[in-house]
Amino acid sequence: MSKEGVDLGRRRFLTATTTVVGGAGVAVACVPFISYMMPSARARAAGAPVEVDISKLEQGKKMTIEWRKKPVWIIRRTEKNLSDLATLDAGMADPDSTAPQQPAYTKGRERAIKPEYMVVVGLCTHLGCSPTFRPDLGAPDLGGADWKGGFFCPCHGSRFDLSGRVYAGAPAPTNLVVPPHKYVTDTVIIIGEDQGVA
Amino acid sequence: MKMLTALLGWVDDRFPLTKMWKEHLSEYYAPKNFNFWYFFGSIALMMLVMQIVTGIFLTMNYKPDAELAFASVEYIMRDVEWGWLIRYLHSTGASAFFIVVYLHMFRGLMYGSYQKPRELIWIFGMLIYLALMAEAFMGYLLPWGQMSYWGAQVIISLFGTIPFGIGEPVSEWIRGDFVIADATLNRFFAFHVIAVPLILLMLVVAHIIALHEVGSNNPDGVDIKKNKDANGIPLDGIPFHPYYSVKDIVGIIVFLIFFAVVIFFIPDLWGWFLEKDNFIPADPLKTPEHIVPLWYFTPFYAILRAVPPLLSSQFPGVLAMAMAIVVLFLVPWLDRSPVRSIRYRGAIYKIALAIFVVSFLVLGWLGTQPAGGIYLTLSRIFSVTYFGFFILMPWYTMIDKTKPVPERVTDK
Repeated sequence: MSKEGVDLGRRRFLTATTTVVGGAGVAVACVPFISYMMPSARARAAGAPVEVDISKLEQGKKMTIEWRKKPVWIIRRTEKNLSDLATLDAGMADPDSTAPQQPAYTKGRERAIKPEYMVVVGLCTHLGCSPTFRPDLGAPDLGGADWKGGFFCPCHGSRFDLSGRVYAGAPAPTNLVVPPHKYVTDTVIIIGEDQGVA
Repeated sequence: MKMLTALLGWVDDRFPLTKMWKEHLSEYYAPKNFNFWYFFGSIALMMLVMQIVTGIFLTMNYKPDAELAFASVEYIMRDVEWGWLIRYLHSTGASAFFIVVYLHMFRGLMYGSYQKPRELIWIFGMLIYLALMAEAFMGYLLPWGQMSYWGAQVIISLFGTIPFGIGEPVSEWIRGDFVIADATLNRFFAFHVIAVPLILLMLVVAHIIALHEVGSNNPDGVDIKKNKDANGIPLDGIPFHPYYSVKDIVGIIVFLIFFAVVIFFIPDLWGWFLEKDNFIPADPLKTPEHIVPLWYFTPFYAILRAVPPLLSSQFPGVLAMAMAIVVLFLVPWLDRSPVRSIRYRGAIYKIALAIFVVSFLVLGWLGTQPAGGIYLTLSRIFSVTYFGFFILMPWYTMIDKTKPVPERVTDK
């Protein structure tokens, strides 16, 4: 092609502007494709609250229910379990639950509205495995006499006490998550709705 | 015959068929001293074709739906004519593919096949390896068994550890839900059967074009293009077809004999190729006792677990795992040795490579064991030796004593 009579400045300008406009077009066109992969309206709406009857839960036992497709545990703690919690404070990464892993109304050592009933999301805060319930006091594989019951994550070895507080030095960085919940009556809990919200 | 020649001429006037045949097969001159290790490139290509063909047939009966997926795989296994064979060829084939790819990569490390001017071949190869890992990971979710579900849960949670508040949105974006769900399964199916295979095919083409541009390396690491005859053909080169095409077919047959034994008698290889827990349907409320990725990921999984959390974040471990793969990309620039092949390298490199292989294998085994105790200590030690092989490479390859490289390839 002959370069005679070509205005190179104009050609460069046209090349640059078409590239910029085309590039902007491509960038904007990415938005719908990327957003397409976010949780859909239906997935977001599926998180409806769940009502649970806890009247049949025995002392020292755990029940599992499903909320937002996640396992939620309800553990009925014994008097001994609750008095043991204080003795464990020293070995915990966050004994007073200062990290925002629970609603404000369940802070502190018990992390519960009623200390007897512990409500917690059963997914390890490390990489999302579901820890195993190990209420057996003094389990030899979990620290012997010092083990006051709790949870052990089989994936990477994190340990939690019966308040879902993580032992210091475990791979899990924070305590287990306490979901928003409230008591409708003494034996019926709603999981997914905050205490005091109508 | 005359008609065929005429037809070929007609095509050649419109499409470079004969030209391509010559360039890549009948007049592609490969060094004449290829040994056992040079089978694995061709075998890998054959495995890719096998995975694509068996995959196409599996999609005819598989249902990418959280309610139906597990049962549809069982249906393929029990009720579809020859379904068990197609399914095992695909699922056990994935493990076989990785064995072949690891041997192919080891060949590269042994004979310095990544050195100048073959850096891009190595980079393309590493990208293929990466795409293959993505392909295998997403494929493993599809049967919707317990290991599928919880393995994916752990791996996607890795993205959740990215700091500065971007981790959680990113993992939600990957899952398309707040936990692994139907949306995740459906999109992984899309990636597994369309997106990643397309990328893989393009990368394989780039890998081979780059290889044929610069020519194959060989066990002596000698540049055969330095000595050419009057016609410009390398003296130590032989045409790929028929010499190596025929040789590779023998290799493929021997490989397939071993492969068939596994497929027909031990398709799960005692839990190494297909895990026991994956014959239980996915249960989002219950984690299996012991979650392990499949063997080809376990070395990296062991490195992930070896790194303790820092500032109550698991991110350093995730970073270490990613770096374990990134360092492989850098090998062409880390190696400062003046010779390519291990045959002419000194004792230091041989020992270093041996330590690396042992580290990789031991880490692979540790990744299948429970976390904690002696296993954790060992994972830390071997993670250090794994990285040591790469980080110290510029130094030890420089001081290593080398032997003189011959002018022509040898007959060993």
